[in-house]
Amino acid sequence: MSDSPFEIAVNRKWCKKCGLCIAFCPKDVLESDGEGGPVVKAPSQCIGCLLCEMHCPDFAIIVRRRAEQ
Amino acid sequence: MALPLEKYLRVGKLPHIWCPGCGHGIVTQAIIRAIDESGIDAEKTVVVSGIGCSSRAPGYMNFDTLHTTHGRAIPFATGIKMANPELDVVVITGDGDAAAIGGNHLIHAARRNIGLTVICFNNNIYGMTSGQYSPLTPTGSYASTAPYGMIERPFDLCELVKGAGGSFVARSTAYHTRHLTNVIKDALKYDGFSFVDALSQCPTYFGRRNKLRTPLDMLNWMKDHAVPGASWDKMTPEEKEGKFPIGVLVNKPSKELTKVYDELLAKTAEGGRG
Repeated sequence: MSDSPFEIAVNRKWCKKCGLCIAFCPKDVLESDGEGGPVVKAPSQCIGCLLCEMHCPDFAIIVRRRAEQ
Repeated sequence: MALPLEKYLRVGKLPHIWCPGCGHGIVTQAIIRAIDESGIDAEKTVVVSGIGCSSRAPGYMNFDTLHTTHGRAIPFATGIKMANPELDVVVITGDGDAAAIGGNHLIHAARRNIGLTVICFNNNIYGMTSGQYSPLTPTGSYASTAPYGMIERPFDLCELVKGAGGSFVARSTAYHTRHLTNVIKDALKYDGFSFVDALSQCPTYFGRRNKLRTPLDMLNWMKDHAVPGASWDKMTPEEKEGKFPIGVLVNKPSKELTKVYDELLAKTAEGGRG
């Protein structure tokens, strides 16, 4: 299993734990922290589709290509 | 690919005041993504809003912004555009702001074809004041002021703007984020009055009262009831029942008002009567 070229950053200060990012991820990369907020459990599975980022109402999850850093 | 949030958001103002799972943040993100991807000069972009949950959006957006009075975002924006036509003027409004108290401003801006991009965050309810019905509340839906279900018929905002002469009309939803971003890009590009009906979810005051218990239920409702414009045109009235078309619904060239006005100024400067 190779590492994904993408990295997911969650801003916990802005996240309101609606759980939409977890629900929209097609690869089960995210899981709930127990209150609805995301925990990145399988980062290597991320395909960079941005469904989590674009459905986040709180601007709290950003997916970057590793080379962008 | 990552959206440069620091460039477009007033990060010191966040987290925002919207409820958990509110669609307004999703639509706001689609707007800034559309601006970013369009390559529009942020220094020459003005964002104007009226009153309501939707109208808090410009407060978080790092552009020249104006938060005006209820229903009057379009008149303020009209003044900005007439005074300085080179600016890209975006109006953020809600269904109550645009269709009720500001309804006349909406139809007359469409009639005039002034170069504004109006994006209506349509959540079918007055969220900020705790869930009174709006002119966009569907018949039969429950609201704090419709405890037995809404007995009136709602507007179809796209049809309203089209009927008023709107030459660019589009609709998308907070579920269809990529599609929403693309129609906003098309609206920004359009030279004239452009209108986007952006369906957003209010889980607090609409969803909970209408058997859509979670924000995800509300987004899935949008997925299940939206029909791409091309398919919509082939459907029978029975098939259309309860559904709605998305996509660019009207897009025809029409001379923009400030350009017509400039031509008039040029003529009168030559001593003519216009």
